[in-house]
Amino acid sequence: MAYSDKVVDHFEKPRNVGSFGTSKEVATRKDIGVGIVGAPECGDVMQLQIRVNDSGVIEDAKFKCFGCGSAIASSSLATEWIKGKKVDEALEIRNTQIVDELSLPPVKIHCSVLAEDSIRSAIEDWKRKSGQAGAATTAVTPAAPTAAH
Amino acid sequence: MQLTQQIYLDNAATTPCDPRVVEAMLPYFTEKFGNAGSRNHRFGWDAEDAIELAREQAAKVIGANAKEVIFTSGSTESNNLAIKGAAEMYARAPKGQSGRGHIVTVAHEHKAVLDPVRRLMREGFEATFITPPADGVITVDHVREALRPDTILVSVMWANNELGTINEVPQIGRLCHDREIILHTDATQWVGKMPTAVETDCIDLLSWSGHKIYGPKGVGGLYVRRRKPRVRLESLVDGGGQERGMRSGTQNVTGIVGFGKACEIALAEMDKDRAHLQPLRDRLERELTSRLEVCQVNGHPTKRLPHISNISFAFVEGESLMMGVRDIACSSGSACTSASLEPSYVLKSLGIGDDLAHSSLRLSFGRWTTAKDVDAAIGLIERAVNHLRSMSPLFDLHKEGVDLSKIVWQSH
Repeated sequence: MAYSDKVVDHFEKPRNVGSFGTSKEVATRKDIGVGIVGAPECGDVMQLQIRVNDSGVIEDAKFKCFGCGSAIASSSLATEWIKGKKVDEALEIRNTQIVDELSLPPVKIHCSVLAEDSIRSAIEDWKRKSGQAGAATTAVTPAAPTAAH
Repeated sequence: MQLTQQIYLDNAATTPCDPRVVEAMLPYFTEKFGNAGSRNHRFGWDAEDAIELAREQAAKVIGANAKEVIFTSGSTESNNLAIKGAAEMYARAPKGQSGRGHIVTVAHEHKAVLDPVRRLMREGFEATFITPPADGVITVDHVREALRPDTILVSVMWANNELGTINEVPQIGRLCHDREIILHTDATQWVGKMPTAVETDCIDLLSWSGHKIYGPKGVGGLYVRRRKPRVRLESLVDGGGQERGMRSGTQNVTGIVGFGKACEIALAEMDKDRAHLQPLRDRLERELTSRLEVCQVNGHPTKRLPHISNISFAFVEGESLMMGVRDIACSSGSACTSASLEPSYVLKSLGIGDDLAHSSLRLSFGRWTTAKDVDAAIGLIERAVNHLRSMSPLFDLHKEGVDLSKIVWQSH
């Protein structure tokens, strides 16, 4: 499969790879939102962590991704785009913008959907932890996978 | 031999033609272009002589008599002719009826064996697909347990194309001869790499191919035993009665000449080839398993061909692994790039999980693979796996000691 130059660039030099701590460490931090979407058996797992300041601006973002080159590029691009944005602005990012920017072929659209989902999921997690969640949001999807003991 | 910039480690898929093979073939395109079926002139006689020489060369590499070799278009055709041809010939009930007979084969056979068997199942035959053990090696006991009083045919590959694992074919042959059951073996990866003696190993039908042994594509052989027992086949292609009536059609003289030459060279250089291949494979496996944690060599550690290595790298995704090692031409257990998301059925049949099946590479070495190629490949694979693991949330969880199988993932 031929990848676009931008996908190859993000794959070779991913932006903002990393995390603000282990899953345990970030679980208690109110300024950090974590979104983990996908499943290993589907071949994609994206983890997005955002650090949000008191004015609701995403100061920093880190990602980890288990997935194909397009999934890695989509999550890398997502971190670039959301850094410096207010959470409400970040929520306006649509997967189609990622598809256009990276010239993703139709079979790779799900990678962009996953990236959009990871942004929503991380922001929801931050809202819940920081007490910003609206009363209407009763059925919040757990942002992080839970270990079933 | 200078290939492209990509390092070619996919010799189990196909091999380049040996220049000596090409040289032998060339006259038969132009000045010696005759049809071997033309009995009235020199052009036809030359072609026939060339084919009969190739038949001798092909027979020698498997320890057969020249009269027992049928030329085909390759292993797929040989497998089809052997399996369908034997099933129809030895069927216990006529066409259109059920209970025509039982066939035994293995779940990790090549599609060119599995699909003919599946077709026969729609045409009144029954079949048992043996589930291989975790090491991939099919023993005589596996086959014995699968046999039934109405078993007419057993088809077990000599060596597996994805794993390189070697099955107990001579022992299976003896069992089948004792029970008077026809044994076919797809020996595509085996012949030319390992000594073969169909006579003493009790093989009735054996398929092999030119392009896996530095010969041309589009030509192969089927060994059909002529005595003790004399095996007969129903033909698939009818016409001029070439190849003892089992495979009609004007013979592919150039291809057959090349196939014969490739068999001759393979036999003459077998020891040299193996002495070259196995250290390369061992070096690759030793280096990768010592430099990288949580990676495993799939298939039996020693009962394996000298030139195939199948390795899984945990916590990296298959397609990104292929992207990371794109300077190496090799095969992957992942089918992500195709329409199906199913990983290799061969690896899955060994009980290897989808995750490790997806993140596996098959690296196969050939006559012109150099130690330099292998060292470069080791470096590229190590770099790619480390790069992907540095990004992998699953590798982090593994490092934290989390059992990934116990996590409930959020579906999307």
